[in-house]
Amino acid sequence: MTAPAPELKKTALNAAHRRLGGRMVEFGGWDMPVQYTAGTVEEHLRTRTHAGLFDVSHMGEIEVHGSDAITFVNYITSNDASTLTDGQAQYTALTTPAGTVVDDLLVYRFAADHLLLVVNAGTTDKDWAWITSHRRDEDVELSNVSDKYCQIAVQGPDGSSILQQLTSTDLTTIKYYYFTEGEVDGVAAIISRTGYTGEDGFEVYAAPEHAERLWNRLLETGNFGSPNGVLPCGLAARNTLRLEAAMALYGHEIDENTTLLEANLGWICKLGKGDFIGRDALAKQKEDGIKRRLVGFEMVDRGIARDGQEVWVNGEKVGKVTSGSPAPYLKKNIGMAYLPVAMAVEGQKIEIDVRGKRIAAQVVKTPFYKRDR
Amino acid sequence: MANVPENLHYSKDHEWVRVEGDIAVIGITDYAQNSLGDVVYVELPKIGDDFSANEPFGSVESVKAVSEMFTPVSGSVAEINESLTDEPEKVNSDPYGEGWMIRLRMSNAGEVDSLLTAAEYEDFTKAESE
Repeated sequence: MTAPAPELKKTALNAAHRRLGGRMVEFGGWDMPVQYTAGTVEEHLRTRTHAGLFDVSHMGEIEVHGSDAITFVNYITSNDASTLTDGQAQYTALTTPAGTVVDDLLVYRFAADHLLLVVNAGTTDKDWAWITSHRRDEDVELSNVSDKYCQIAVQGPDGSSILQQLTSTDLTTIKYYYFTEGEVDGVAAIISRTGYTGEDGFEVYAAPEHAERLWNRLLETGNFGSPNGVLPCGLAARNTLRLEAAMALYGHEIDENTTLLEANLGWICKLGKGDFIGRDALAKQKEDGIKRRLVGFEMVDRGIARDGQEVWVNGEKVGKVTSGSPAPYLKKNIGMAYLPVAMAVEGQKIEIDVRGKRIAAQVVKTPFYKRDR
Repeated sequence: MANVPENLHYSKDHEWVRVEGDIAVIGITDYAQNSLGDVVYVELPKIGDDFSANEPFGSVESVKAVSEMFTPVSGSVAEINESLTDEPEKVNSDPYGEGWMIRLRMSNAGEVDSLLTAAEYEDFTKAESE
């Protein structure tokens, strides 16, 4: 282990993570906890069964103000922002002219002339450059407000009841992928029913100077330290939780070499909404048919697939693992990979080259994990 | 602080060796298991496999990472800890006891002398974590 390089960015919770025994690693230019003392498996399981607390303050936030806010966002993203109502959030993507992915993001609509884009940490600067350079003559004012927010995710079946004890906002009135502006423990906050774990839960945005207090209050209210209490969770658990839920991770399942259609994200490609960057390429690809598709697989024989390993079928290299890991809740070893469409079918037998040994695996239905609703 | 028992020998790859006659019992250190996190999978060689010193003999995987293990000394595999197949977590809970990896019949017992002592290994890990 090496000490963080001095240029790494720190969230407002950096000291809190260290006090909690967080093992700090570099992620997207940030010094972040990969796990705390409980360990990744326990953090993952606790989020599935009770609650997990995640510092996601490293995510970037870009504000769009102006009478053309929706028109502009609709031009640079693939989903249809015009369908949003005030207080609603949407999963979408910034697309290249080729229909590949600059980043995946959430769009929050505060008002017709006020949207907030929440983007990935490692791509914030790239996204900012992309967004500002693709502005035409729209009446919009763009601001990178990443430093003005901390973001804490409270995820898991107990997440709602923990957060409810700290806010007068009736959380039952916030539906999935909606948000409201309110207060948490007396601090002004955006309370959003969203997440990246496959569980119900909330993401709370507030001014960073309140981050540590909110974090500590959420731990305390969630009975951190008791066997069924909330646990602070690191990036490793965040990754295994999202992988069980088969959610894409930028730089793994999606990037500037994969199109949304190949990544099973056709549902956020609203080709009929009017022109947007990448629309023509996506429309053509939809008509011609894709050649490869993202699939989920599970290992049949003993062995763990890891990111970047090759996928083989009948002695031929046919694809690459985009994410591979043990799945702590499912107690299986799972992964995702791009395969030629003919092979991208449930039950297809594949082999993963695990450090020189080909280990049997098979394509399975995704998501690997789906919570009971 | 990681536990570093006095009576063992250590490699810079974070394996420990306990000498029992001409047998070297080999495992990974407390420092190594702690750095790795929850061990979920251990891959071990076959009985009878021959290794020179510093050769990879298996791997240990946590949720997040894979780490190769290297033979601190030369020899042939006399026994492997088969219980780790079903209970890899023993590597975390008892790295110097039930979490042992292999028993190697040494072909050159003198190699043990070139390994680190407990005090030397402790200094080595301190330097590494700084």
